[in-house]
Amino acid sequence: MEKKVLLALSDVVAGYAAPVVGPLGFELQAGQVIGLGGSNGSGKSTLLRAITGLSKVFSGTIQRAEGLTIVHQWQRPELPPELALLGSELYALLGADPAGAPDVLCPLMKQPLSTMSGGQFQLLQTMAALCSPAQVVLMDEPTNNLDGDAMDALSEQLKHIGPDRAVILVSHEHDFLQSHCATIIEVNR
Amino acid sequence: MSEWLLFDPMFRVPFLTGLALALALSLVGAWLRMRNEWLAALGLSQIAAAGAMAAVWLHGPALLGAFIAAAIAMLARTTLPRIGNNHYALMILIGWSATLMIGSMMDHGNVAGETFLRGQLYFASTQHLVTALILLTVVAVTYRWLSPRLLTARFFPDYHQANRIPVWPYRTCFALIVITAVVIGTTTMGAFPAFAMLFVPSWVGFVIVDGWQRSVIASMLVGTAAYLIAFVVAMLLDQPFGPMLTIVLVLAGTLRFFTARRRRIKTIAVDDLHPY
Repeated sequence: MEKKVLLALSDVVAGYAAPVVGPLGFELQAGQVIGLGGSNGSGKSTLLRAITGLSKVFSGTIQRAEGLTIVHQWQRPELPPELALLGSELYALLGADPAGAPDVLCPLMKQPLSTMSGGQFQLLQTMAALCSPAQVVLMDEPTNNLDGDAMDALSEQLKHIGPDRAVILVSHEHDFLQSHCATIIEVNR
Repeated sequence: MSEWLLFDPMFRVPFLTGLALALALSLVGAWLRMRNEWLAALGLSQIAAAGAMAAVWLHGPALLGAFIAAAIAMLARTTLPRIGNNHYALMILIGWSATLMIGSMMDHGNVAGETFLRGQLYFASTQHLVTALILLTVVAVTYRWLSPRLLTARFFPDYHQANRIPVWPYRTCFALIVITAVVIGTTTMGAFPAFAMLFVPSWVGFVIVDGWQRSVIASMLVGTAAYLIAFVVAMLLDQPFGPMLTIVLVLAGTLRFFTARRRRIKTIAVDDLHPY
């Protein structure tokens, strides 16, 4: 049986004031993890933002399955220096259930963001996106600042995304992409 | 004599206006701090003061002038692709200079300018009280709807766009709340005291307790307690209310130093348990 297409990009050229990336096209099917590789500044993050509607699509089309839900984990999320929001409160923002959070997050759930390290905050944001009910998860350099245990937890979660969901994974770590993605697309300017 | 003034019916409207504003402004301040936009409050309050001055110069209602000026500044803010502290600093400079320039063109302009910068709570009218109560009601009613949307936009900035959820309802609601809070705060408490009420309570509240709801409640308690102390002390000592409120809020800021140690100890303990 053919899998459901969640996203279809066709000859997309995207950017801001001027085009940054493209033309590029691919289909994202349910159950798939697609990797986007390429050098710094090649436009991988811009392509993710074109999918969410934050960057401009100059030409080409982005088709979405009806009622598609998307969550986007940003590269280098800013850790607020003084915000008493708890890990569990951030985790629940996207609809993930803190009670069912992976074990690696348990120590962070009752901890305020302001006392977290950059790596802990990155792990929390990444897991919140992956464990949310969104059908498509866009992950931008999720391995930044993560140590070995956190990388293992992320890998485990990526292996169990479910048959109805899909992930687009941006990373400059080629080994990480190769071990998690059925398809890797090289993005070049 | 001052003790008796505390219970004078003449001061009931100013007292209740200030109390409603203390609760509302400290909560709005928590939202602004969470969005890292607390400097916007000072920029808008200075612009509102200039608008109020312009309205008085044109023989119009000060409240309306302040609202129009703040709304124009807020609208200009939304048209800029990236807004930051540089723009808010420009707002402060424009508002301050415009207030004093307009004042120099008026009879008793210095007094009027000083009033909007320093505050005139004791002269708050029923119109001010009604506006403050409407603001407090709107803030209380929309809190549970607005907070998760603002928090989601803070940590996942394109979540709403990505899911085709219209952003204009919550953005417009938030903008109107901020404008109204700043305008009514500026025209009653004064530009700097209103800014202090938006800035200090959450500065303290965000470090003395953990958790979003609790830190918002803590911010409101700090703001309200500071207001009550300032109102009573200003009356008893025959001092102007605006500067007294600002001083009390600044003193409340010292509560941070008592909690900073607790936070440091906690951070060390957490790091020991989870060295990564």
